Amino acid sequence: NAVVTVTGPPGSSSTAGVERGTETVMDEDEEREAVFWRLEGIGYRVGQGLVERFSRDRPRFNDTLDVIKFLCKDLWTLVFRKQIDNLKTNHRGVYVLTDNAFRPFSRMSAEANSQAVLRAQPFLHVPCGIVRGALAALGITATVHAETTELPSAVFQIKTLPAKAA
Amino acid sequence: MASSKASRLGEEVWKTRMDKVNAELVVLTYGTIVVQLCKDFDSDYVEVNKQLDKMGYNIGLRLIEDYLAKSNTIRRCSNFRETAEMIAKVGFKIFLNITPTITNWTSDGKQFSLVFDENPFADFVELPDDGRAQDELWYSNILCGVLRGALEMVQMQVEAHFISDVLRGNDTTEMRISLIRYIDDELPPEDD
Repeated sequence: NAVVTVTGPPGSSSTAGVERGTETVMDEDEEREAVFWRLEGIGYRVGQGLVERFSRDRPRFNDTLDVIKFLCKDLWTLVFRKQIDNLKTNHRGVYVLTDNAFRPFSRMSAEANSQAVLRAQPFLHVPCGIVRGALAALGITATVHAETTELPSAVFQIKTLPAKAA
Repeated sequence: MASSKASRLGEEVWKTRMDKVNAELVVLTYGTIVVQLCKDFDSDYVEVNKQLDKMGYNIGLRLIEDYLAKSNTIRRCSNFRETAEMIAKVGFKIFLNITPTITNWTSDGKQFSLVFDENPFADFVELPDDGRAQDELWYSNILCGVLRGALEMVQMQVEAHFISDVLRGNDTTEMRISLIRYIDDELPPEDD
């Protein structure tokens, strides 16, 4: 679907050690992007499914903040067995969720000066997708971005898009 | 190890030492991965089976470590029958909380079946309705790879594949496991 392929001459790919057909060759960055996009998509579907099953018997949400709180408490506990540690919002559609001990990072070890943070980053795509999928299932369109500056913490930034006026 | 002893060990380890994760999360994630593979390989189910097996193999290579640590088994299985007991009653129990039935041994004791009365991966699953998936896709094929990878790390080369699946409309879900050979310890090349 959104996977971009570029046609190039044979052997133009810089991806080391990978043999490819001559017709479509992606460069390394594009290939990474495509992988990340697919990971995000996997998370999105999982998030949608989870919310469908686990928000069924709870009272109706009052507003977006209510939904975000559900995410921080219920969904996070369901997926990561702990709650979000800190939630900030500018009250204009931006929410920043901080998890000081993000589970997927909890057992990552790295030697000093290694690029641990950089190498942990790809593990955030599925969780981002889960959050975006969960929000979508609850009627909120948003972009979700996550990053880590120091393991094992992770910061998720949610920007909700204003609902179209009816 | 006697069969009942293996059951008790499995039960005990599962209860006390395993971190649990929400079952629906696992089911949905696995299902989504299979869907993604079907998309990526344009519904070439033979290839999807292969990829699932490969993913499982890579999991198995590492999972055996966790199995050994958690189950705290220090003794080698004395024969392949004992290995089967440990796979079904300890391995499957501690990681998936199920105990498949061991059956259909060949007389040489090198091949057996695991029959899955319950398969957590298959909850809420329907195979694609394209007239081919029912005959070609082995939905839970990752499990074959896991066994292959895990056993390889403890010196057993095995071949594992599903021969029936309730998702395809069969009466049972059955995996066939064959011991190909015990892998001899190989000495690392000597330093000069």
